[in-house]
Amino acid sequence: MDLIKSVINTLASPTILFTLIIVTFFFIFPLNDWFYRWNKRLKLDSFWTNRGGIKMFIILLVFFAFGLFDENFRLIVLKPDNVPIVGLIFLVAFFTWLSMKQAVDNDVHIENNENVNEYSDPDDKVLTWPDLVYIELIALVLCTVLLIVWSIGLQAPLEEPANPTLSPNPAKAPWYFLGLQEMLVYFDPWIAGVLFPSLMIVGLMAIPYLDTNKKGVGYYSFKQRMMAVSLYMFGWLVLWVLLIIIGTFLRGPNWNFFGPFEYWDLHKLQPLTNINLSEYVYIIWFSTGMPDNILLREIWGILLILGYFLILPPLFAKTWLKNLYNRLGNFRYSVFIILILFALSMPIKMYLRWMVNLKYIVAIPEYFFNI
Amino acid sequence: MSKSEKKKKESILLRLGNSQVWKSIIRSGVPRDRRGRMLSVLNSVFLHLHPVRMPKHAVKLKYTWCMGGLSFYIFLVLTITGILLMFYYRPTIEYAYTDMIDLREQVPLGIMREIHRWGAHLMVITVWLHMFRVFMTGSYKSPREFNWVVGVMLLTLTLLLSFTGYLLPWDQLAIWAITVGTNMARATPFLGHEGPGAALLSIGDINLVHAGSDVRFALLGGRFVGEAALLRFYVLHCIGLPFIIVIFMAVHFWRIRKDGGISTPL
Repeated sequence: MDLIKSVINTLASPTILFTLIIVTFFFIFPLNDWFYRWNKRLKLDSFWTNRGGIKMFIILLVFFAFGLFDENFRLIVLKPDNVPIVGLIFLVAFFTWLSMKQAVDNDVHIENNENVNEYSDPDDKVLTWPDLVYIELIALVLCTVLLIVWSIGLQAPLEEPANPTLSPNPAKAPWYFLGLQEMLVYFDPWIAGVLFPSLMIVGLMAIPYLDTNKKGVGYYSFKQRMMAVSLYMFGWLVLWVLLIIIGTFLRGPNWNFFGPFEYWDLHKLQPLTNINLSEYVYIIWFSTGMPDNILLREIWGILLILGYFLILPPLFAKTWLKNLYNRLGNFRYSVFIILILFALSMPIKMYLRWMVNLKYIVAIPEYFFNI
Repeated sequence: MSKSEKKKKESILLRLGNSQVWKSIIRSGVPRDRRGRMLSVLNSVFLHLHPVRMPKHAVKLKYTWCMGGLSFYIFLVLTITGILLMFYYRPTIEYAYTDMIDLREQVPLGIMREIHRWGAHLMVITVWLHMFRVFMTGSYKSPREFNWVVGVMLLTLTLLLSFTGYLLPWDQLAIWAITVGTNMARATPFLGHEGPGAALLSIGDINLVHAGSDVRFALLGGRFVGEAALLRFYVLHCIGLPFIIVIFMAVHFWRIRKDGGISTPL
């Protein structure tokens, strides 16, 4: 028992969990034809069948049931404000499965030149009253019942009265912002708290204007819109939901990482030996000491960032994103690739932190400008 | 029930449906035929959000998941419970927390706060799932691009509504969550006093952007989460944001119809 727990604790540590998910993710939600072939070869699309769905559900259920026997697990999962997130995990898993099941199903129809499941004769419509109205009524009643039962069963949390002089440890934002708070570990607040959320909103709004693929309107499908669906899933499931889950369940006092079965020890020590890129360059590699001029000090990091955003896009456009570039045109491609590069900068910075303890690529604390 | 009784009962319903009062409220009477059913949708201010007829897949639960409708419904539930809560709650440091205790212990059948809080969490989830469904069915594509944009605004407003409401109980959970959340505003480029570029906005030695004049100050009405912040969040939560979100919702619903109704395979 303890062995299983310690294995899960180890697997859940961000380095391992994140690596596992990133490596497997694009095989499960293939990004392009190459991944798609592997997806078929490894039979990963069997997730999206009734049998696969039931298996996933049972695994999730067993995990939570098993976990609830553990005191530390119970303490965190059953905290009233965390209950919605447990619900969220099940709901997201279910609806991901439901949409992918219908998408894969339709892919087969499209391959065989048949009509998709959603197709019906345009002249053969149903009446809103009663066909839709009664479904809405039932949904409404069920939702009301759920809310009332939930409300009677679980009291809304109310802690001690507000005390500005006594900060709890850890102090957490509301759960839907925990992905951003998790980013604070790796980025300065102006990036994690201001730039990223703005870009997320702008990026979401830009989706319909960047996706020039006309196929796939009005029915679930995967193969026709592989890249769009895959990227959306990555942004939503990994960079959004997963970070929220990590932030809620696995971050304890001092924002240290704790496995799901680990005791939240206030005194857990985490070595803080993060080093800026400029320190790497001047102190470790050149052994000259830091130059006084800020620009000279940070020039390497600035060049790196400029290279990332200015050299990579045209490079990709010429090489493995050539088709995409031709399809999207100059402007759309530029916006698209910049948004993607920003999204990728999250995992990149995380890995740099884990592997070489990199603190900032550009560090100009004098002007609060740290990247 | 004998046949004659049944007939009699029917005729009472029928007479009720044909009475002047009923017909003055619901013009088309009790819908019994195709025409009546169409009219009942057409003539109702609430139901006419819907078209009269729909493609078959559009009424299937596995296509829409009902998430958009449920989000709207939960919004209504939150409005009603919110209004009830406003009877009991005073947004001052002195009373806010004790009013919460009162709500819990003195108000009979007091689950309004529970419904409001859990409903708020649920609405965030249903809005996400609605967005997910719309993405997976490609419903954001032309001609519905702009409605997707409006939808993203609605998602943002939903999160902001939930965030402003988080402060109101004025307990440790509330004040520190808002402190963590609003601390990020300090670092807004140019507009926050600890943001990059803020130091550039100065006249001689005088900083234009400092702790008493940046966006965080505007948000909290002070340098820390206190009385003014509570009032600001209360007003935003009860009046400001609902006002804005209702406008966006009106546009969102209107545009569904104007952009060709629910997405349909060609």
